[in-house]
Amino acid sequence: MQGNRLYEGQKLALKYFMVAIVLFGAQLLFGLVAAIQFLYPNFLFNILDFSIARILHINALVVWLLYAMIGAVYWLLPDEAGIEVVGVKLGNLAFYILTAAVAVVVLVYLFIQIGPGKESTIWFITEGREYIEAPRWADIGIVAVVLVFLYNVYATVMKGKHTGILVVLMADLIALAGLYLAGMFYTDNIAVDQYWWWWVVHLWVEATWEVYVAAVGGYILIKTLNANRKVVEMWLWIEVAMMFGSGILGLGHHYFWIGTPEYWWEIGALFSALEPVPLVGLFVHVLYDWGKERGKGNNIKNTPAFAWLTVETFGNFLGAGVWGFMHTLPQINLYTHGTQWPAAHGHLAFFGAYVAILIGAIYLAIQGKAGLKEMRMTKASWWAITLITVGVLIMSVSLTISAYVQTMVERGQYGGTWEGYFIAQANQWFVQGMGWRLFSGLAVVVGYGFLVYDLLTIDKKQPAEVREGAVAAA
Amino acid sequence: MENRPSVWSSNRFWRRSATWVTGVASVLLVFLTFDSMGQMKMGTAADIKNKVDKRIPSPLVINYKIDYKLNKTRGHEIPIIGGMDANGYSKYEEKEKFFGKDNWSEKEAKALIHKGKLTIQAKNCMDCHTLLGNGAYYAPDLTKAWLDPTWETLASAYGGKEYAIAKFLENPPAMAMHERKMPNLGITKEEAKAVVAYLKFMSAIDTNGFPRNFGKIKGAVDARK
Repeated sequence: MQGNRLYEGQKLALKYFMVAIVLFGAQLLFGLVAAIQFLYPNFLFNILDFSIARILHINALVVWLLYAMIGAVYWLLPDEAGIEVVGVKLGNLAFYILTAAVAVVVLVYLFIQIGPGKESTIWFITEGREYIEAPRWADIGIVAVVLVFLYNVYATVMKGKHTGILVVLMADLIALAGLYLAGMFYTDNIAVDQYWWWWVVHLWVEATWEVYVAAVGGYILIKTLNANRKVVEMWLWIEVAMMFGSGILGLGHHYFWIGTPEYWWEIGALFSALEPVPLVGLFVHVLYDWGKERGKGNNIKNTPAFAWLTVETFGNFLGAGVWGFMHTLPQINLYTHGTQWPAAHGHLAFFGAYVAILIGAIYLAIQGKAGLKEMRMTKASWWAITLITVGVLIMSVSLTISAYVQTMVERGQYGGTWEGYFIAQANQWFVQGMGWRLFSGLAVVVGYGFLVYDLLTIDKKQPAEVREGAVAAA
Repeated sequence: MENRPSVWSSNRFWRRSATWVTGVASVLLVFLTFDSMGQMKMGTAADIKNKVDKRIPSPLVINYKIDYKLNKTRGHEIPIIGGMDANGYSKYEEKEKFFGKDNWSEKEAKALIHKGKLTIQAKNCMDCHTLLGNGAYYAPDLTKAWLDPTWETLASAYGGKEYAIAKFLENPPAMAMHERKMPNLGITKEEAKAVVAYLKFMSAIDTNGFPRNFGKIKGAVDARK
């Protein structure tokens, strides 16, 4: 990675990162619209209704994370395997096809929005299934593009070095891609519909994506702290064991109330809590090893990437682990299911588990592109990470307070009727929570501005000794 | 002896553990999925005739009165279709007119449910509402919407609650009850009827007692009531 020469695969990675950051902006923008509508329901009514703002908010999230994930793999793949990515031309073609398809889907969401209750709507406008609303034609396109990506990864690893990180990624990516197929069919039976829908949503974000993150996190630790590869790989296998051991059957915590048999209560309650523990273990272990050698010229090679990885480690534990476990037992979930609880958990978990590490990976790529041996945080890096992290934290706490009110008032007090719902929504504490959520959302948007500015300029703002490589040589 | 590396720091040990754990969990999931799919098959006309309780009932439940009552054996509420027997389970006897008739054929009922589900997806209902508790949190949960007391109070003015709900769906802003109102989604008369059928059918799905106490407490502590 050092030096000015980039692999073609890494140039492709930069393209993926660029689109990812643009879509991240779109995610925040539409999230802001939805947050305003919670307080001022007439805002953009009949123009960009809440449902459309939310579709764009969550779809932009999923798609930009996938873009950044593919980008990070293309970045580390030639570096780890030690050879150019096989089939990189095909990979480039797939990138342009995917981006054109995403643009069309977004325009259809924005300007056509809904269709008549017919099969053609499912094929060409929206599938109307949260997170995977993309119409069927786009599903098929996504599968084709992902197949190209998988071919590139597999062919490159077969030809080059098989490092532990790459082996874990190969196994994980095939499961990740295969699971998408579980969401590509229609049924009149809404319980069966949601059963398989969760295979995509849960087995992505609570299993395969988590393992992906651990692999990329390990790579970032090797790059920024010179972590011992054996230690990284050991924790990676522990992560796979704990993540898949708890995550696969952890699917059960979504099968409490959707027309499924009762045995999922016990299964879902048991397998959920252990998911993000190993990442913390890996991080602490590596940091400890690094600390022992401190002051012997082993500077952190990329402080912004490392800072984001730190946010990732604890954000993942807090957002996915603690916030998830707070409402995962069926005895509690009976009252929290379908309230702001999952919203509070979702915001902190998606940020902590995925957003933070992928921003870190992008910083690593910026360093590689500029050919710097070492890259340090700027003022803008500091403002970006602070505003975004603190913003999301306040947002999650605010949503949690609103969620408490909704749970107690709507569910506990009123038994979940239409009337109970609106009484809870009008409760002063619920509204205050929504207000704080909007305020912290604005902080995140400002932080995003700093982030974009920083990503564009950080390589030029490095101090002279870093630019000349004097520090690394010492 | 004391220099032998511990198994706990052996990559080979953890790699093998990871493979075994993943394999066992996946096999268990596949096995449980086969079992769940069997239990979640949609019921048929024969099931209704033979009074067989299905987790996902036959679409023919639109011909019957539906209720949601505490079952002592199961410890939570369950859907009661066509009246309750002495043990707290469905009798499948008491009929209820749905858009003027209570003898919808299996074919007609299935067609209605099909159109209703397609419409629910085509209008992105799930991105404001929750269905079976999943979706967005900007509007009320629809799992038991058919049984919501609000519609009972409007039923007489519209000649039955199915008419009231359908009327609402065709132009929601005209019947808005809160500042946060549902937009007009261009739902046709036919689509509205189908969506109402789907809501009635969904309210008869056995959700293991979710949501608890639905519609039982009215204005419990609120001083305005």
